[in-house]
Amino acid sequence: MIELKGLTKKFGSFTAVNGINLTVPRGELFGFLGPNGAGKTTSLRMIAGILRPTAGSVSIGGIDINADPVAAKSRLGFIPDRPFIYEKLTGSEFLRFVAGLYDQMGPEVEHRGRELLALFDLEEWRDELVESYSHGMRQKLIIASAFVHRPDVIVVDEPHVGLDPKSIKILREMLREYVNRGHTIMMSTHTLEVAEQMCDRIAIIAGGEIRVCGTMDELRAASTDKTLEQIFLRLTGERAARNLMDVLEA
Amino acid sequence: MTTAAVPDPGLRHLLIPKVLTARVRMASGERGRGARLTVLISIGIVFWLFIFSVLFRILKYFRNVEEIGALLAGKLLGLIFASFFALLLLSNVITALSSFFLAKDLDVLVASPTDWLRLYGAKLLETLINSSWMVVLMSIPMFTAYGIVFGGGALFALYVVALFVPFLVIPSVLGAAITLTLVNVFPARRTRDILSVVAVMAAGGLVLLFRFVRPERLARPEGFRSLMDFVGVLRTPTSPLFPSEWFEKAVMGWLHAGSTDWLGMALLWTTAGAFLVFGALLHRVWYYRGFSKAQESAQRRAYSGWFGRALRTALAPVGSVRRELVLKELRLFFRDTTQWSQLILLAVLVVVYVFNIRYLPLSGQGITFFLVNIVPFLNLVLAGFVLASIAARFLFPAVSLEGRTLWLLRSSPMSMRDLLWAKFWVGTAPLLVLALAIVFVTDYLLQVTPFMFAVSLGSIAFMTFALSGLAVGFGTLFPQYETENAAQIPTSFGGLVYMMTSVVLIAVVVIAEAKPVYSYLSALANGGRASSVQMVAWFGFAALVCITATLLPLRIAQRRLEMVER
Repeated sequence: MIELKGLTKKFGSFTAVNGINLTVPRGELFGFLGPNGAGKTTSLRMIAGILRPTAGSVSIGGIDINADPVAAKSRLGFIPDRPFIYEKLTGSEFLRFVAGLYDQMGPEVEHRGRELLALFDLEEWRDELVESYSHGMRQKLIIASAFVHRPDVIVVDEPHVGLDPKSIKILREMLREYVNRGHTIMMSTHTLEVAEQMCDRIAIIAGGEIRVCGTMDELRAASTDKTLEQIFLRLTGERAARNLMDVLEA
Repeated sequence: MTTAAVPDPGLRHLLIPKVLTARVRMASGERGRGARLTVLISIGIVFWLFIFSVLFRILKYFRNVEEIGALLAGKLLGLIFASFFALLLLSNVITALSSFFLAKDLDVLVASPTDWLRLYGAKLLETLINSSWMVVLMSIPMFTAYGIVFGGGALFALYVVALFVPFLVIPSVLGAAITLTLVNVFPARRTRDILSVVAVMAAGGLVLLFRFVRPERLARPEGFRSLMDFVGVLRTPTSPLFPSEWFEKAVMGWLHAGSTDWLGMALLWTTAGAFLVFGALLHRVWYYRGFSKAQESAQRRAYSGWFGRALRTALAPVGSVRRELVLKELRLFFRDTTQWSQLILLAVLVVVYVFNIRYLPLSGQGITFFLVNIVPFLNLVLAGFVLASIAARFLFPAVSLEGRTLWLLRSSPMSMRDLLWAKFWVGTAPLLVLALAIVFVTDYLLQVTPFMFAVSLGSIAFMTFALSGLAVGFGTLFPQYETENAAQIPTSFGGLVYMMTSVVLIAVVVIAEAKPVYSYLSALANGGRASSVQMVAWFGFAALVCITATLLPLRIAQRRLEMVER
């Protein structure tokens, strides 16, 4: 469903993403892990069609996003890490606006919007301007908006930031159920426990390159480490963790 | 256990971020910064010279009026400084809201072990500088005129500075105290809405007042009598309790008697000192409560009324994407006080414009047939400028304001073409109505011929489309995605380029149409017939220029927007 071929992004002389090759099939929840600045968000924004790759290609359901962006994006939903939305729209207006961008309208969409708002405890806030929402409420509204047009693929960047435990639980179940229904989700997260429990396959990216990719069993089999945290730290930041005591005592 | 020294950053330390930011801004190699600075300095110098020459002429006349001349000069100074005081107070109230309650650095400062008095001092100084610099700049040519006409001498400048400092401190402390009180009563963001409307209305009222006084009469010698009447009749609201009165008396005392008015000086300094003490005490008691309240956002409900529903139905044929884009644009505009309140200024601009046309001296000696008929044509130039400045204010920032939400639009299947055209139509439709109304009313007032009526209306309609296309286009080519304040966007380098291009466009259209209009007027005056081929060619050329200026910038903007990575 998602296919990345030699995906590369350079900002001047800095290479943020370096030749990533990856395929995420239909009905899979794919976890994308990596330390800060590893290239996760850049990759996801290229998949969502926000950034143009310097080289390589992104295909959504077999459609190249650069060759036919409208067709590719109409099958996609994107949840960014920072919840910037129109402050002067109400929650229900925002959902209606997003559905409109995907050429969807009518009573069915209205009903779906109301259900999504109720699911995330935003029903009472549906007629409030977004400017009065908290960070977490905005995040929940963005998550709801990504589901309102029922896309085949959802790309999620750090979905748990700012969410309360109840919403995190709802989101987990929702993502899992969505995948079970034959859709595809690619999610970046820093919560290794969540990735370990939820994702069908996981890739760890560091320095713009994928270091390891596979199911949890495959990752364990390929190393001496037992937990995802151990694998992650070995591949990305063991040294920094070891130097912690030196820093605190400095 | 040893007691650690309590850290307490000083006033200077608190001001370091502001100083460093200003230094970086000064040293930045931002595109077009040099050109913009040159233009701004040139405009500033022209403005200074204008103020100086007008005031110099008036004061010279006053000086020669026996007995009441000096009184009139003092009265004028009192009037100016009473207005300045009101402006400063309003400006300080608004600026204090940002600097004391909404600024992004406040979380860090309030959470740090900073002494309340130092925080007050740093924020008050920031408020004072941000809200007073313009008044200070405007005062320079004024005092220069007073000093030269009444022989103030070399020390006059120092004397004025000694009076001016406390004069600026008083409204600053008062403004900060008013804001502190308001924030403790209303939510901060609601206070900002209320204040922005009040500020715009006050500014609009001031412009209208100034215009209705018809200062151009001062340029005619016979008008001086009416000015004396005006100054005499108006009776400045004088009171011995007004700082502007102390200031005026102190300045005029120096200029007449050549001596320092110690009473005025003492009143200004002691009042400023006392205000500072009371302001600081009020800050100590109420600031934390107000700051905490400012963090709470007020709930604001919004429902789609009958107008919204009607518009939704009316826009159904354009498809859901375009309809939602247009509805979104309208909602964002009318729910943002800082945006719609600018309509008040727009109304003032239109009233002043029509007023100017109404009072054009188009009768009497030396007024020829050509002059009477050419004015409606030149009216197009002025109407074009008015439209360009409105487009700069409302259409130019349109794409920049999408900066933070561009991720949503870019990740959706909507084309950037739809986005740009939605922004174009939402801005152009009301602008077109306004343009046609302005030209219709002014042509009616000028009693132009049906031919000139048709030419004016047709030309302004084409120009409106072109100016809107240019505004959206240049706004996309020179975006200010990080600027949160829409009012700052038109003053950017891109805004300047847009205005300059608009001037060129208006000039090209008017010059192209001048030839057929001249032929028509000549034929009308001499009883002949104007060449219809020439008419079609030149009017066709003007129309072609406008159509190109509408479509080309939008096309280029579309390509640019498709390349944007945010």
